[in-house]
This record gives sequence, C-alpha cells and structure tokens, in this order.
Amino acid sequence: MKRVAVTTKHGGAGTGTARAREGSDGVFAVSEFLLSMVESLWAASLDGRQDKMESAIKAQHELERIEQQIEQLESLAGDNQAAHRKLQQLHERVNALRLQIYAHLNAWEKTELARHPQRPYLLDYVERIFTDWSELHGDRAFGDDPAIICGMARFHGDEVLVLGHQKARDTKQKVYRNFGMPNPEGYRKALRAMHMAEKFGRPIFTFVDTPGAYPGLGAEERGQAEAIARNLREMARLKVPIVTTITGEGGSGGALAIAVADRVLMMENAIYSVISPEGCASIMWRDAGKKELAAQALRITASDLRELGCVDEIVAEPEGGAHRDHDAAAALLDAALQKNYCPLKKIPAPEIVATRYNKFRQMAQFFHEE
Amino acid sequence: MAWFKREGGELDTSGEKKVRTEGLWVKCDQCRQIIWKKDLAENLNVCPKCDRHFRIDARTRLAHLLDDNQYEVEDDNLSSTDPLKFVDLKSYRQRLQQAQGDSGLKDAVINARGKLEGRPVIVSAMEYSFIGGSMGAVVGEAIARAVERATDSQTPLVIVSASGGARMMEGVVSLMQLAKISAALARMHEARVPYVSVLTDPTTGGVTASYAMLGDLNIAEPGALIGFAGPRVIEQTIRQKLPEGFQRSEFLLEHGMLDAVVHRKQLKPYIARALAFMAAA
Ligand SMILES: [Zn+2]
Repeated sequence: MKRVAVTTKHGGAGTGTARAREGSDGVFAVSEFLLSMVESLWAASLDGRQDKMESAIKAQHELERIEQQIEQLESLAGDNQAAHRKLQQLHERVNALRLQIYAHLNAWEKTELARHPQRPYLLDYVERIFTDWSELHGDRAFGDDPAIICGMARFHGDEVLVLGHQKARDTKQKVYRNFGMPNPEGYRKALRAMHMAEKFGRPIFTFVDTPGAYPGLGAEERGQAEAIARNLREMARLKVPIVTTITGEGGSGGALAIAVADRVLMMENAIYSVISPEGCASIMWRDAGKKELAAQALRITASDLRELGCVDEIVAEPEGGAHRDHDAAAALLDAALQKNYCPLKKIPAPEIVATRYNKFRQMAQFFHEE
Repeated sequence: MAWFKREGGELDTSGEKKVRTEGLWVKCDQCRQIIWKKDLAENLNVCPKCDRHFRIDARTRLAHLLDDNQYEVEDDNLSSTDPLKFVDLKSYRQRLQQAQGDSGLKDAVINARGKLEGRPVIVSAMEYSFIGGSMGAVVGEAIARAVERATDSQTPLVIVSASGGARMMEGVVSLMQLAKISAALARMHEARVPYVSVLTDPTTGGVTASYAMLGDLNIAEPGALIGFAGPRVIEQTIRQKLPEGFQRSEFLLEHGMLDAVVHRKQLKPYIARALAFMAAA
C-alpha cells in the first residue's frame, strides 16, 4: 500500500497567485473527474461486477492521490470562497467513500494497515495514555531486549506496569528494535517485571505488536520456546488484573506470550494470527504470492477474532486507521482501557485467577464430541 | 533398487529421516545400511547399526511405555469442527478425513491411562503422521483434559510430543490452545503433580513453545529436531547455513534446555525413576 499522505500545508506556496488560480482550476477538474471514477469503480465492485479486493486496493490508492491534490488546491485557493466550498464538497465525498471502502477492507488490506509504518507504536501510546513512565531494563540473566519494553507508569493516577513490543520507523531504530521481534530475553524481562508488579499488587497493561518471536540462531540457543512457554504458564496465574491490547500485528506465539489476560482488546485494524499470511501462503499454496488468499482464509481480522471468541472487544480507530491520527487513536484506546480495567479493580485476586483460567479453558473449543 | 519405495509424507516439515520401505526391508537414512524390518521393530525402531531413532506412531509409543501394552484410551471421541472452514489447495475437511482414514484416529493425539513399571500414569502420545502432529482445537482439548485429569486424580502425567506445532488450518483457534494447555499446566504445577515431557522427532513451533517445554523434566530422544522456529525459516531470516546438529536434542542439552537425552531403550526406566523421585514422600 502506498503511504497515505500526511497533511502537507506547503503545497504551492510561493508561486505566482494568478498562475496558481489558473492551475488550480485544471487540477480541480482532474480531481473531481478522478473522484467520480473511483466512486463508480467502487460502486461497480459492490455490485459484484468486478473483483472486490482488487478494486478496493485501487480505490484506496486513487483516494490517496486525490487527497494530495485537494490539499494542494487548498493552499492555492487563497480567499476564493467558491473554490473553498467546492473543495469542501470534494472532501466530504472523499471521506464518505473512504468510510465505505474501509468498511469493506479485506484481511490483506487490514494486514497492510496493521503494519503501516505510521501506525502508532507502544511508546506513542505510552506518552499519550500514561504518565510517570519509568522504563525497566534487562532480564537479569542475559541482556536487555529493545524489542520489548517494560515500565512503571500511572494510568489515570493508578500505579501500573506497562509492557509490550516496540517497533520503530527509521532504519537504524528498526534494527535496534529488531523490527519488534523479541529474543528470549525480551520475554524473560517481561515476565520478571510482571512478577514484580504482582508482588506489589499492581495491574498489568500489555500491548502486542510483533511479526512474531525472532526466528534466529541465538534465540533458539537461548530457548525461545521455553521463554514463551513459561510466560504462558506464569501469566495464567498472576494474581493481578491484566489487560492486553493487540494494537498492530499479533504474530503467533510471540504475541500470545504477553497476551494471556483478563481482558483482551483488539484494535479495529489489527491482526492476530498463528502464522503470517505470507508464511501460510508459501506452505499451503507453495506460493508466497497467494498472501491475500491466505490472509482471508486464516481469519485474522478483529471481527474474525471477535466472532471466534478469541478477543473480548474491538477498539475503534480514527477514520481511515490509527496511523492517520495518533492522538485520536490514543484517546479511543484510553477510553477502552478504562472501561475494561476499572471493573477488574474490584475483583479479589483468587477470583481474578479463577476467571482467567476459565476464560482460556473455554476459549476456542471447536470440536464435536460423539 | 526395486525393493525400495519412497513414502509419501504429507506436510512433513523436516523432510528428513524418512524410512524407505517396501516389504520386509528398510534402509536406514543415516548409515545407509539395509535392515530387516523385524529386527528394527524388535529394536524399538532404533537402527541396530547406528542408533538412529526412527519416528514411531502413538500406539507403538504407548506399547513401549505402558506395562503389558495395557491401557485405557480416553477422549478419542473428539473431532474438529473446522472452525475457519479453511480451504487452500485442498479443503481442511478433506485433509482431516484422509488423516482420520489413514490413522484410524480422530486427531493427532492418544490419551491413555495405564501403568508404567507399576505406577499409575496418564500418557498423551502425539501422532506425527496425523497432519504433521499439528495441534488444533481437538489436540488442545484432549491435552487440557489429560492435564486436568492428572491434576484432579494426582496421577503423574507423561506427554510424548511429536509435532510440527500449531495447526495452521485452524488459525488463531490453534494458537489459543497454547494458552489453554499452559493454564492447565499452571494448576497442575501448583498442585505438585509430576509431569514428564518427552520430546521426540520432531517437536517444533507452538508445541515446543507451550507444554513440551513445561515439564518438571524435559527429556528428549537422541537426534530429535526440537525448536521454536523451523530450520528453514531461520536460514531464510539469518541468510546463512545452520551449523551441523543445530536444533537437535544434543544441541539443546548442551545449551541447557533439556534435563537429559535418553535412548529409547532407556526411556521407560528413566521415566519410572523420575516418577519415583517425584512421588509424594
Ligand atoms: Zn542406521
């Protein structure tokens, strides 16, 4: 997917005004024409006259281009009120169409959104939702894994532990964070921090956004599987409330290893899967190019997970996706966290543990018994 | 070489250690010796020449471990509902039917209750030939039940793993089985009921990353492939060849991940000895 245009207010500034007016009329007509093309293409796809997936992707790309043009026009329009009104109408049409398209996004498109480079990462949420963040480092055995971060923080005044995967945007940071793929020491750091929180009766908020646990040589040597397994077992019996949010990619065991929680939330455009669509495609279709098919077949979207009973609640995202407005995304997540965390505060520890056990015991029971 | 025929192993993730067989003879893929099948069976399917441990099915495993090959099978009435209605080149439903027909099992595990050197035990033995021993909702439920039964009756549990991991065709449903079984094991751990995990060739993915690594003892047969990620995925990620013996039992022992590597002939006495240690004093 092409990067969605981030608002640029510097479109044609500095060019001659008269020339800009002339130019703007032309671009305006082109924008309008393109938009009506996209609208009719989209309508055709809804009638089933065209391949829906393909046209949704096309429509999205076109919308992004049109939006860029509208933004340029805005800076050119100056004090021309008529132009502004027309632009406003164009804006509304774009938004209406985007809403329609997003409502029909398929699993592969959601996968691309979940991996969008401008999607908020954990530290983006931490600074918007929590206060008094103090990071805790290291697993006390081997090292500190930057792919998972842990810290003491306050959530609306309550002392809490926050932890989760951390991705990054620029190349150097991406490498430092290992693309959000933890090594065993990341999981072990998370576990020792969770035990510390439990000792002092502090609730735990975890955030999942990883392609998966790192499949590397050192990771195997140091017991990636053991680290994940131990987390699964220990999280099942921690005597404090745990709220997990799948914010981006929920990559298999590497995600679940910090997601055994009393409440599991999933953001609207996040995915949660046992294997990446590409991995599944190359194994089952023997062709990594069949990733769209695999994504659909694996049922990895938030609504799929909700239907399968594997997450408790879907957290809405700002129109077009969390990457379009980090503040709005954080505000929506904050509200969902409060709603889900507050009732847990009143439940005594033994009941919390028993309820969590039953939740996972009864989850995903898809069998006949003859 | 007309007497050899390649076995068609569907979804065999390792692609190694295939016993080539037709009629009465097999060729060991490690030492290339030709072995009379009856000799091999009498030797617990371990090559008499080089000690290569061949894969064995769940029933043979139970026969090796349980006294007089006597045991009661439980939870054999569970079968998958195909929660995703998964279809790739073939439908999952078809794959299931074929595996059920070939194995005579409903899914990739047998839960058994019997005695091991006189001690009552519960054994869950995984069946690798059933869709790569993969774990979906049925394996998850069966193992969770075995764990709960062991906990409630204070009976030691032995799980013999042989699995490529979570069952892709059940997607996130199979992933959630890891959490389910691990939660059940947390309770068993608190109740101090003994659990011996036996890792056999191969044990990878979600099975390793849950119950296979959570035993009071984690022991493995020699030469078994054991890991989280598959060797090919790792090679693709790090873009280099993996060292000889990587992810084999002996490698894990060396890196502190296993309590012991135990020869198949020693497996039963070893477990019996461990259960004696763990029995209530
Ligand atoms: Zn041999």
